[in-house]
Amino acid sequence: MVGITQFAYIVASALFIFALHWMNTPATARKGVWAGVAATTIAVVFTWAQPGVSHHVWIVLAIAAGFLVGVPLSRVPLTAVPQRTALSHAFGGAAAGLVGTAEFYLGRLDGSEHLTTFRMVALLAEVLLGFLTLTGSLMAAGKLQEVKWVPQRPVTYPFQNVANLSLFVIALGIAAALVLHPGATWGPLAFSAIIVLSLLFGVLLIIPIGGADMPTVIAILNAYAGLSAVAMGFVLDNKLLIVAGALDGSSGLILAIIMCKAMNRSFANVLFGAFGQVPHVKAGAEEKVYKSETPEGAAQALEQANFVVIIPGYGMAVAQAQHKVRELYDQLKKRGIKVKFAIHPVAGRMPGHMNVLLAEADIPYTDLVEMDEINPDMPQVDVALVVGANDVVNPAARTDKTSPIYGMPIIDADKARSVFAIKRSKNPGFAGIDNALYFADATWMLFGDAKTVIGELVKELAGGSGMH
Amino acid sequence: MTGEMWSTLFVFVLASFIGLGVIRRVSRLLHTPLMSLTNAISAIAVVGAIIVTGSDAPIAIRVLGAVALFASTTNIVSGFLITDRMLKMFKTIEKRDEGKGKA
Repeated sequence: MVGITQFAYIVASALFIFALHWMNTPATARKGVWAGVAATTIAVVFTWAQPGVSHHVWIVLAIAAGFLVGVPLSRVPLTAVPQRTALSHAFGGAAAGLVGTAEFYLGRLDGSEHLTTFRMVALLAEVLLGFLTLTGSLMAAGKLQEVKWVPQRPVTYPFQNVANLSLFVIALGIAAALVLHPGATWGPLAFSAIIVLSLLFGVLLIIPIGGADMPTVIAILNAYAGLSAVAMGFVLDNKLLIVAGALDGSSGLILAIIMCKAMNRSFANVLFGAFGQVPHVKAGAEEKVYKSETPEGAAQALEQANFVVIIPGYGMAVAQAQHKVRELYDQLKKRGIKVKFAIHPVAGRMPGHMNVLLAEADIPYTDLVEMDEINPDMPQVDVALVVGANDVVNPAARTDKTSPIYGMPIIDADKARSVFAIKRSKNPGFAGIDNALYFADATWMLFGDAKTVIGELVKELAGGSGMH
Repeated sequence: MTGEMWSTLFVFVLASFIGLGVIRRVSRLLHTPLMSLTNAISAIAVVGAIIVTGSDAPIAIRVLGAVALFASTTNIVSGFLITDRMLKMFKTIEKRDEGKGKA
């Protein structure tokens, strides 16, 4: 029986690797989902069939409850996907933390000789990562959902990093004592302290982080959830858990690295830098003026263009403007105008956020172009239309050494022959930084809700088309 | 440390390298679905939850297992479903027009 289970686990591991391999192109990606489903089903069935597993009613009930909650969670609108992702990291963290806690008490019941140093280290890592991911992800989900009692802006206070570090050292001290004496009478008390501290860490690590850094944070929490599964694999001596957790961990790590590179920042800076707290050094230096344009004027410019690049940002997601953007895309395409979407890696609130929204609106993915690919073409672009993007098109990143985003790679919207920027209000963006693009000679602003403004553009183009 | 521990560490290191290699080649278009897919995959913690819930341990411990089992199942179900839902939306221009023709 043991042999059969192990063989099933090997098959499941291989299927998981195939699942991720097939994600390398949209053409095969759905096959990847089926491979993942097959792997998980095999793993569940063969684990369940093991001789030590009884109490089937419990298992059936828990799985049924999981389906009841899981199915509605998969039906959320795509603009809520970042929150849903954060929430599922929280669930993953909770599962790891709870199993770790159960294993600790089971180990003590069986006699503390079962809690070897190696298993105890793994177990404590599992519990720490699991519970930290639980509260950290809940905080992230709260920020993304804009829940009232979760502060949106980064929260900082004096000696924040020192205080966090001291708490961490205390937790490490308690953990070390537990590793050395897992069977001690004070064991449960110390273990509870670790749980409380882990839950606290999750909160403390996320409150100093602003909304614009969420893509990186979600990726890091993804890695933590994976690593907690790895730790569980070490505790249970289960290689399938280790493989699946390692795949998840490396995915989170790579995504986080891509996000950090796209912002020209280090991990440490994202996690401890409290971005967005940057004071407005430039405020009041000089009064700058925007040039406003009407939808009619913008529609005319679009009509006369040969090459239009649309640059979406979080504002498009907030306004749910992706379907109107598709209508605009169709109108322009109908006139034989070349239209491409320029996607910055950190546009939106999670990696790949814009691509999913535009795909939902039925825009062919072949017209979604990465920043590095589109930038050399920008000088040939007649109209760059910025839809709710801000920092990712701010030329200060290239020119202004005092800017907090200096050095961040951007989409060179300012190199286009003309720029139209749709913006909700005249306030600076999420990071609170002035955008030089909006004051450039070739830039005209379209103030208003992205969905409304683009709707008007579409109306102009649709109405005008009959007059030719 | 026993041989068993070394072999699990071995598996971890090799699996991480495979993970880095495979993930690096994932299309950037698909980073959001990738995240929900890996969410579902890492819910393989369900294995540990089943072992704890189904064991003959005291009831309090099995309750912890059952809650963990619930949480992992939620991730498996919602993770795979939403990944597939998102992936269905990625179309080339030919596929898109085909779909319109049928409708």
